[in-house]
Amino acid sequence: MNKKKLLGTPYFIWSAIFIIIPLCMVFYYGFTDKSGAFTLENIIAISSPEHAKALYLALGLSLISTLICLLLAYPLAMILCGLNVNQHSFIVLIFILPMWMNFLLRTLAWQTLLEKTGVINNILSFLHLPALTIINTPYAIILGMVYNFLPFMVLPIYNSLVKIDPNVINAARDLGANGLQVFAKITLPLTLPGIISGITMVFIPALTTFVISKLLGGSKILLIGNVVEEEFTQAGNWHLGSGLSIVLMLFIIVNMVISSIFDKDGEGSVL
Amino acid sequence: MNKILIDLKNISKSFDGQMVLDDLNLYIRENEFLTLLGPSGCGKTTTLRILGGFETPDTGSVIFDGKDITKLPPNKRQLNTVFQKYALFTHMTIAENIAFGLKIKNKSKTYINDKIKYALKLVNLEGFENRMPDSLSGGQQQRIAIARAIVNEPKVLLLDEPLGALDLKLRQDMQYELIRLKNELGITFIYVTHDQEEALTMSDTIVVMNQGYIQQIGTPEKIYNEPENAFVADFIGDSNIISSTMIEDKLVEILGTKFPCVDTGFGCNKPVDVVIRPEDVILSSPAKGKMTGTVTHLIFKGVHYEMEVTAAGYEWLVHSTGMFPVGTEVGIDVDPFNIQIMNKPASEDEEAVGVNE
Repeated sequence: MNKKKLLGTPYFIWSAIFIIIPLCMVFYYGFTDKSGAFTLENIIAISSPEHAKALYLALGLSLISTLICLLLAYPLAMILCGLNVNQHSFIVLIFILPMWMNFLLRTLAWQTLLEKTGVINNILSFLHLPALTIINTPYAIILGMVYNFLPFMVLPIYNSLVKIDPNVINAARDLGANGLQVFAKITLPLTLPGIISGITMVFIPALTTFVISKLLGGSKILLIGNVVEEEFTQAGNWHLGSGLSIVLMLFIIVNMVISSIFDKDGEGSVL
Repeated sequence: MNKILIDLKNISKSFDGQMVLDDLNLYIRENEFLTLLGPSGCGKTTTLRILGGFETPDTGSVIFDGKDITKLPPNKRQLNTVFQKYALFTHMTIAENIAFGLKIKNKSKTYINDKIKYALKLVNLEGFENRMPDSLSGGQQQRIAIARAIVNEPKVLLLDEPLGALDLKLRQDMQYELIRLKNELGITFIYVTHDQEEALTMSDTIVVMNQGYIQQIGTPEKIYNEPENAFVADFIGDSNIISSTMIEDKLVEILGTKFPCVDTGFGCNKPVDVVIRPEDVILSSPAKGKMTGTVTHLIFKGVHYEMEVTAAGYEWLVHSTGMFPVGTEVGIDVDPFNIQIMNKPASEDEEAVGVNE
């Protein structure tokens, strides 16, 4: 074994213990029943009404959240891009700061803010405005997803925007393109890799989340992540939980493949 | 003389309180190859960007073909720019790059295809339609950038150091290409460079700039042979610039020795700067020269020898086909018409500060 390979040993051990073995276990449990015999039932279980409903809801909510993130993040990234170095590192800091705080804590904070007798509703009633009742609804989940995952959309788009040579934009204007044409024909196509990376980095965690839906959606709204979690922690059915995880993994792999086709420069690799 | 196409009037521009252009006045004639030449930070690129519409001057106006275009955005101007690092659209094929401006103007498909063919032929890159910019060499990309600009039939082509990123041989080839292109197209070229050789080779008119001021405007011959001040003399080619005294008309005292010259009108006993090009210094035996000196350095340069001769406390730079070994006593002489007399710089801004190119 040569030296370089030797240096890689800790990583190989790490990935064996924490990635490969768990993955094998998921596949083992997913394709067996309680007696240990091979079965596809755990996979097919996704088509049962309650599981399918949870999957569709998760897909729908994460798609909506991804779209909102994209619409918010693109202008924000463009604004960041237009600032000078001093302003811009300050704004990036402000933007990244919440990300250093624990994800659970931030989501719990939203729960407190949105509660029926929470901070927001107190302020609204003080102003004699109708109370907000979005806690325990899909809207609250979308809010939580957008809030938590927005930075993952902004950064790859920002990275691909700063890479554009200002003279390329100038050249397009020089050749007669107005602001809208420059955006549609130059800026947008050149930032497509960043957009795809951003979509991947928002869509996948949103699709698989169970914390946001649990904290902000109450126990009424079940996403596929919650179903998987419950199979493991409450029902104790590791076989079904693994089977559903494998189905979810399929969606992730499809998304990753699409993103790797577009993101050849690795805009997303910054995170 | 062709008519004046562009007139820059009293242009001033500063960035963050730093004056880049100070009351610049310049006109450009139709069908002229005009070069803005100067060291980095002299304001040449800013001037070009003001012409292209990418910067707005703080004061002054840009008159194009009789109309004031100072505030017109770049997409409404009848001129096109070739940028320093090509600035090609990397997500489009060569054909799409060239067609960009024409598609925006809603030209017909056959017109666009004809134009692409014509432009690629003009820059000697036929058959490159479906290649991507990244697969082309620097020189090829630069030609595509030129093709992309000229298909729009601009009245003026602005070129911002377009050959800066190319190697020496390619740069020389492209200089001839550009002259040929300009003659075939019959339009005005405004060229920005810091390379004096490029400027001398291609231009009809050279504008030498330094620190936001125009130092001299003239033909390449005029700029080289009759520099108006020490900055121009130093920037264009090698030269001996010697602080001297004008004794009277047609007589100048250089380092204590009187030399006849041809310039008049500088007054009597006035301090002046004298420029003598290294190839104009005549070396001979000590008895024949007006001054004597000792050869201190000798380098073979191919076409000529480059020597340094110390005489009267000054290191003379000499280019000569005759060789004098180091340590030789030589006589120095200069023909009267090769002594160029210049006034001392009036202000500090005009002074040649730290320029050794």
